[in-house]
Amino acid sequence: MDPFSNLVARLSRMGMVKSLGMRVEQDQTGLIAVLPFHNDLIGNFTIQALHGGAIGAFLELTAMAEVILKTEGGVQPKTINLTIDYLRQGRAKDLHARAYITKLGRRIASVRAEAWQDNESEPVAALTAHFLIGTEEAADEGRTADP
Amino acid sequence: MRDNMHLMTQMTPWARRLGFRITRIERAQVWGVQPWSDAFSGDPDTGVIHGGVITSFLDNLSGMACGAALEQFRAVATLDLRIDYMRPADQGRDIIGEAHCYNLTRTIAFTHAWAYHESRDKVIATASAAFAINKIRAPSSAGSF
Repeated sequence: MDPFSNLVARLSRMGMVKSLGMRVEQDQTGLIAVLPFHNDLIGNFTIQALHGGAIGAFLELTAMAEVILKTEGGVQPKTINLTIDYLRQGRAKDLHARAYITKLGRRIASVRAEAWQDNESEPVAALTAHFLIGTEEAADEGRTADP
Repeated sequence: MRDNMHLMTQMTPWARRLGFRITRIERAQVWGVQPWSDAFSGDPDTGVIHGGVITSFLDNLSGMACGAALEQFRAVATLDLRIDYMRPADQGRDIIGEAHCYNLTRTIAFTHAWAYHESRDKVIATASAAFAINKIRAPSSAGSF
């Protein structure tokens, strides 16, 4: 199986991907994640804004997907930490995201991701995250010792 | 307003979808519980719950802690949120969340939050966040900030 099909298969087995309703696509630049709008994603009825947690979960999964793709599905990335900047209100429409791997180390991956709605240059939210991508032994060390 | 804050998760579709509820509210502090569900797994091999559930849960609780700290009702918007994962959540167990709004300025509220099974001594994840406190506006312009 090619890395992209492998990623799609892997994501389809993650309950959270299905609960959000997100999917991944490929364009000439690389992987692009899509979160089609549905009412469950709303965090504030009155102003029809997307829930920050839903946006955060989508960005985290986008970043994980990029890591899975780049490591050719060899590892299940485990999130160490993440920071989300909320830049604009997420409105009641589809959300798109792209992730960039800043550093793919032996055990740790540093990843950035951005989500937007109408215009890629006007992001709704930006994420910075670290993932453990090492072996189980390395992963255990990483949780207690320096990464 | 603190009396009916537990209704807020019922009025928040994403919170209702994840199924978490508020269990206790004090001044500037909120507690809640996120029931286990395999609908939110993040690791296909182990079935461990996805961090996105914890992100959503702690974001929501933190925002509510700001609400519980404010004298009068104001909408708050998350500026940024950082989550550190200490250990995976146990499969099949509910997650308890706790959020404190530890500082308020006129425009910004600062929060700390924790997710755990039993006590804060053995924490699953911690969160720190900053929220913008929105000005009171006429309902017609409530959509922009």
